[in-house]
Amino acid sequence: MTNDHSEDHRWTGGFLDLLIENGVEFFPYVPDEAIWRFLQLAKADERTSTVLLTTEEEGVSICAGLDLVGRRSALVMQSSGLGNCVNFLSITQSARSPVLMILGMRGEYGESNPWQYPMGQAVLPVLNAVGVIPYVISNDDDIPLATNAAANAVFKGRRSAAIILSQKFLGAKNL
Amino acid sequence: MNNEEEINANRANIDRRKLLPHLFPNHEEYLFVSGLAGASRDAAALTGDGAHLFALGGVMGAATTLGLGVAMGAPDKKVAVITGDGELMMNIGSLVTVATAAPKKLSIVCIDNGLHGETGKQPGHTAQGADIESIAKGAGFRSAMTIRDEAELTATRDFLETSIGPRILVAKVLPTGPTKFKRLMDPPAVRLRFRDAFLANQRKS
Repeated sequence: MTNDHSEDHRWTGGFLDLLIENGVEFFPYVPDEAIWRFLQLAKADERTSTVLLTTEEEGVSICAGLDLVGRRSALVMQSSGLGNCVNFLSITQSARSPVLMILGMRGEYGESNPWQYPMGQAVLPVLNAVGVIPYVISNDDDIPLATNAAANAVFKGRRSAAIILSQKFLGAKNL
Repeated sequence: MNNEEEINANRANIDRRKLLPHLFPNHEEYLFVSGLAGASRDAAALTGDGAHLFALGGVMGAATTLGLGVAMGAPDKKVAVITGDGELMMNIGSLVTVATAAPKKLSIVCIDNGLHGETGKQPGHTAQGADIESIAKGAGFRSAMTIRDEAELTATRDFLETSIGPRILVAKVLPTGPTKFKRLMDPPAVRLRFRDAFLANQRKS
């Protein structure tokens, strides 16, 4: 089966609404097929802005800059981009300026591309190493629970968090 | 490149300690983000380590996009990023991100000594041909300027005030040390100082 993401309409709108209810206004991103529908909605919504990055770590510092002027944001990327962010995530611990990330997983469950496995399998250990709490979405029911839990951790608990969109949820290419 | 052109391309006659006070005589009108090492020392000296400065002490390459975040979140404020050539080279792609996002009131000042000053003055790319002004124009900046002599400093005020933003000024400086200034090195305190001051000012206006 090849997932054409036609089912993305089922969950993307509600997911965006939840983030907006938690005060998120900005989405720095590197495009990912699995979360492109979500980003298009965010781009079209007048309550939110998107920012195209050349590399994911730029998003960590943009989120820190937005926090300095009291604005909330979430960094959106494919899980492989987490590897690019590691040094910049120092900001979140050094300055206690936590970041909210949204990761579309690759190399995790049903993946066919061998290049995706090393970083995909490193996601949880890397998050643990840099003090980011994972909140995994594996099915529709997880969306409100994980999103609100992650937003609470970041915006009230002062801890960085990642909402992880599992390939069990997104569907893997050629699964 | 002939000899004369080569000498001109490497010419740098500005004392960096005079640079920022010349560029920002009314520095309290700005929000500042500065990159690690010398850039943060010069910026701290300019502002008296003020609440309108968020100075990094690490995460090399982060200053430009951190300033972009501030500029997007506070679009009515003038925002300036103070960075060095070594830091800017580390995330040179951030110039593409800034030009594409196009915050009108963001200025980037690159203090270009062609050296990695903090790690022992090892030569950098700009000492060997890389030209930040050209890269910035290629990235989409409509306003990019390089200065090499203190006589050119007067023209920079106009550039910072009236050119189409975002803008970048590259100042070719002598390889002398940054301004001596001891700033607060407690990052959570620096963040809160900046954030609280900004939000308090916003409530007033």
